[in-house]
This record gives sequence, C-alpha cells and structure tokens, in this order.
Amino acid sequence: MSEAQLIRLEHGSGGALSRELVEAVIYPAFRSEAYPELSDASPITPGADILVTTDGYVVDPPFFPGGDIGRLAVFGTCNDLAVSGAQPVCLTLALILEEGFPIENLRRVLRSASEAAREAGVRVVTGDTKVVPRGAGGGIYITTTGIGRRCFPHPLSPSRIREGDLVIVSGPVGSHGIAILAARESLPVGAGLRSDAALLFPLASGLFGLGQSLCFMRDATRGGVAAVLNEIAAPGAGDTRSWGIEVEEESFPINPEVRTVADLLGLNPLEVANEGVLVAVVSAPACDEALRILHVHPLGRDARVVGRVTTLRPGTVVLRTRIGGRRILDFPRGLLLPRIC
Amino acid sequence: MTASGRTPAATERELAESILEGIRTTAARIGRTISLMEVCGTHTVELRRQGIHSLLPRNVRLVSGPGCPVCVTPAGYIDNAITAAEKGRALVASFGDMLKVPGSTGATLASLAGRGRVKLVYSPSELPDLAEKSTLPVLFLAIGFETTIPTVLSALLAARSRGIRNLLLYTAFKTIVPALRFLLARTGPALDAFLLPGHVSAIIGTQAYSFLADAGGIPGIVTGFEPLDMLLGILLALRQVEEGKHEVQNAYPRVVKQQGNIKALELMAACLVPGSDRWRGLGRIDGGSLGLKADLAAFDAEQQLDLSEASDTELPGCLCARVIAGEAEPPECGLYARRCTPEDPVGPCMVSSEGTCAAWFRYGGDGL
Repeated sequence: MSEAQLIRLEHGSGGALSRELVEAVIYPAFRSEAYPELSDASPITPGADILVTTDGYVVDPPFFPGGDIGRLAVFGTCNDLAVSGAQPVCLTLALILEEGFPIENLRRVLRSASEAAREAGVRVVTGDTKVVPRGAGGGIYITTTGIGRRCFPHPLSPSRIREGDLVIVSGPVGSHGIAILAARESLPVGAGLRSDAALLFPLASGLFGLGQSLCFMRDATRGGVAAVLNEIAAPGAGDTRSWGIEVEEESFPINPEVRTVADLLGLNPLEVANEGVLVAVVSAPACDEALRILHVHPLGRDARVVGRVTTLRPGTVVLRTRIGGRRILDFPRGLLLPRIC
Repeated sequence: MTASGRTPAATERELAESILEGIRTTAARIGRTISLMEVCGTHTVELRRQGIHSLLPRNVRLVSGPGCPVCVTPAGYIDNAITAAEKGRALVASFGDMLKVPGSTGATLASLAGRGRVKLVYSPSELPDLAEKSTLPVLFLAIGFETTIPTVLSALLAARSRGIRNLLLYTAFKTIVPALRFLLARTGPALDAFLLPGHVSAIIGTQAYSFLADAGGIPGIVTGFEPLDMLLGILLALRQVEEGKHEVQNAYPRVVKQQGNIKALELMAACLVPGSDRWRGLGRIDGGSLGLKADLAAFDAEQQLDLSEASDTELPGCLCARVIAGEAEPPECGLYARRCTPEDPVGPCMVSSEGTCAAWFRYGGDGL
C-alpha cells in the first residue's frame, strides 16, 4: 500500500491534509442536503434551536502552562457552540485512558474540567470510560460533546459573507500552540508564554448584539488563523462560493514571547493553534462597534481588524508582509521538520 | 533593533520603501531585463515569504540557484540509502527532509522508518550516542553545504575519540564556489549577478568569491535574510550592473567576515578532500563535492559498505533538474501542483522546505 493511502500525522494537523481527509473520506459518508456546510456545530434537526458539537482532545503533554487537557476539553467544545451562535448548556465527557496512567493525574484533570464547567455554566451530564493497554494510547484522551441553545437568530455561515466585509481577530494569536511546543521541547520560557485556553462565549455573545452585521465566526484552533482565513476564502463541501481575503501581517496581535519562540522554531504564529481566539467577519459599517464590544472584555483587549473580503483572487488569502510585499497565506502544510542548512 | 532582533515595523517599512525606490530608479535607468540568481535555498524561501517578488520592477528577475542541499543530491544517493536500510546493512540516520525525497523508483526512506531501519535526527550531535547503542552500523546521510558540514565533522570526531567505530558518513557534502564557477561558465551572459548565501559565507568568508572580480565575472553580493538585507542585496547588485562592475560586496557584515570562520575552515581542511561527485541537475562539478580523507576511511560509508556511485536519474516528467539549474520555473513542470504537492511530492524541489517548488506552492509565484 502506498503512503498516500495511509493516515499520517499531518492528517490531524488542521491544515490542508486534514481538510482533504474530511472532504474526501469523512464527509461523503454522512453527506446530507439538510446539512450542506462543514460546520463545527449543527442543529439537532434542520432549523432546530438546539445545537450539538463534539471534539476529541489528545494534547501532549496533558498539563501545560496555562491549562491542561481537562480545561481544554470543556472550553474547546463550549467555544465551538459559542461561535455557532449558541449558549452551551451541557456536556458529555468520554475518557480513553492508557494502562499505567496515574490516577492522581486523572483526578487533577477531572478537577480542572469540573472547575472549567462551572466557569462555563455548563454541566457534565453523562460520560464513558475506556482503558487501552500500555503503549496503545497517549496517557489520556478526552472526547466531549456539547449541547447548546441558539441565542443568535442569524446563521453564522460563510454564505452570508459579502465583498467589503472586514475580518477581525479577537486577541493575540499562536499562544496555545507555542506554549505546548515549548512545554514538549522543555524550552526554558518566561511567564509570558502560556496557553490562551479561555471561554469565548462572553466575546461571542457581545458580538451577537451586532445582529445581521455579524456574518461569520470561528474559533481559530488547529491550523491557527491561517486555516480559518482559508476556510472563509474557500468554504468547500456544498458551498461553491469563494472569496479573496487580503490581510496585513503587521495587524495581527502577537505576544512578543510567542513571536520570539516561533521565530526560534521556524514557525509562523498565524499557523499555530489557539484556544481562546475567535475570527469574526462583520460588515464594514459595524466594524467600529464590533471592536468597541470586544475591547471591553479582557480577552478581546487586543482585538483588531486584520483584513477584508474581496472579489480578487477568489479562494486565496493574500498577505501583505511587513515591508509591503504580497504573498499567499496558505493552509498550514506539513509538520515541524528540523532545519538542515 | 528590538530585543527580538527586528527593526521596528514603521522604520522597517520606511527603510524598505527607500531601498525599493533606489531599486526602481536603478532598474529603470538600466532598462533591459536583469537576472539575479539567489544561490541559497533559504533566500529562495525568504524572498517569497516576504513577498519581495511582488515589489520589484518588471525588468528585475530573481532566478533560484542550486543552494538547497536536499535538492542537489542525486536520486541514486537515496536509492543507495534505501538499499542499505532494506538489506539490513545499516540503520540510516537523517534529517527529516531527506526521508521524504523519492529515489529513482519513487520509494522513500520514510516508508522504512516504521520498520526501525531509519532514524530521524535533529542534530548531528545525536549521532555518537545513536551509534554507540546501535547493533548495526549507523549510516548518516551527510548532505549539506559549508554551514552544516562542520557540525557533522565535530560529531564524527567526537565519536572517534569515544572509540565508537560504527558511525558511517555517507557524504554528499557540497561546496558552493565551484558550482558558481560552473554556472557562470554554463549560463554566461544570461546571469547579471549573484546574491551570495549569507550563512555559507559566514563560514567561507568573502575571500572565497574573489574569482568573481576576475575577467568574465559578475557582481556578487553577500546577502542576509531579513527583508531589508535582501532588498539591499538586490539594490547593490543593480548598482554594480549599472556601473558595469563585477565586485564582491558584503551586504551582511554583521555576520560575514572577509576571512570567514577559521576554525570551521581548518576542521574541514583537516577532514575533507575535494571531489567531483554528481549534483542533481548539474552533473559533475570539479571540486564541487567534499569527501572524507583517507585517514577517516573507516567512517566512510561508501567504502565500508561498498556503495556504488550515485546515479542521477530523474523521475519521468519531473523538471527538478532544470529548476535547480535556474533554467525552468515550477509552473513549467507538468507535475507541479497536480501530481506533485508538498503532501505528496515527486521531486526534491517540492520536498525540501528550501526547495523552489515548495516556496512557489506555499507563498505563490510571480504576479501577486
């Protein structure tokens, strides 16, 4: 069997291969005219006001600066609901544990998940536990499913995006992924380098006040803001429309520590995972109001307009670099490879 | 400069604009099309990543040169490494990119990694320990230019002084100056100037390029990797072209010195001897490769494992050989972005993060 027919790590990186796998292998198995878009959360029946989402968490290491897998598993799933226009109500939580994983660590993870659920105002109402033999798992994996109640009446969908709309990023990008990598590589890093794991509902619900002017939202997790921008440019699946997106490199908020470590590792913070950053597309006249709403919240203090929607080069994200050059900002591709020269 | 080593954004953009103004006016005065070759793979990537092509006047062309070590290694080298791993004659150790380069049959070393025959290493310093623990000889894919070579040699000498005997280097080390001479002789007037590699030059020094000042030479600008460094390199090249000069100029003096890194040069001189191994796409270049000296023969994989000379065959339809020589651009290749993508590469120029095809694919070609 050729390598092209085997699952590779890159299929899980949130970049181009992840998307290909979903579109070519997974989505066709469940394709339905009632659900034409690839969205993070969907109504339980077409048009229903109860939304459901699910997400698996495999982060390594399970404890990292600014969070742990338990907190992530609660916030991440709640965030998928929030950016879909729903208030999270309850969660299910399934554990896959590897033989030999310390029960004390499990307790820590669960305490953290429980605190996170309290913060989010949701309950964990059911769950499941499985154990796999030593070597067959990575310590602890968690899957959470979230149920939410729609509180924003308009669809938050790429289909509502129009030329001239503006793209807003809610906070500094790249913090989560860089904090994880630094923890994994045992890089000596300062206190500034922490995961941004946070609940996005307060920010999202603020933006709900924009009404129709709020067109689309997505939390920029794996693949970073680069992946979200490319998804906006070319929504894929049943959606055949595509847009050009033009962004300014200098306008993305990035913490200096994150920038330094990303430079060191040869990574682009725009391609690195976040766990507390949303990307919103709003109509231009509502932009100032959107920023005002975001800036009030500590999580949105650094919110900025990073780009706009155009009809030029549909399907492509063009980035203006810090010296004014233009180049493509592609879906993240591949994994971190060592430099050889 | 800020603490992170960057020029503050506002100043940087202003400086960039003023250098660009110089580039535009100089290019306009020259009038004809000017071709500058960036020799180094890191430049190929950084020029595209910073969108510099989109800022240059139409008559200034940047041509990518043979400075990506993965790209210039012939397919037969990969074949030999695959054979050694498959037959269980050695544990092949390599940096990541090489594992994904298809050999002449399309097979890669990566496909053997799962069988424990291939080991990914991040730094040559891992090699002595790896060899000490391994029951099989460890065959390290020793590719690279002068930037990489000294660290590999240090690892080899460290292993030797620890009495470790089963570390073998499969050398495909390349040295850039003979390649520049070769290109100059081959392309002649088609090239107007070289943007010389900053990192390699830090080792070999500006003195290594003195031949460019001789009759038949072209301007050579030692260039750094920040956006302003690269713009400055381009401006200085254009100025020399306008004035009809061909001198070696150092636009990266904060890193590159005239005499280079003497310790590294001495280490290379003590361990290596020039050869004329094949370069992918360019063929044999006199003095363009470096092999181990006779007193290190015990560590020479070619001799110890009796490897045949690496052939240079291309996969059908792959234009890497011409892309490496600066004679073709990626979209001219029928495989580019169709059959050959970063996820499923056919040729080395798409595999390596420093390859020309990978840079085009990732950051876009001309005309943005």
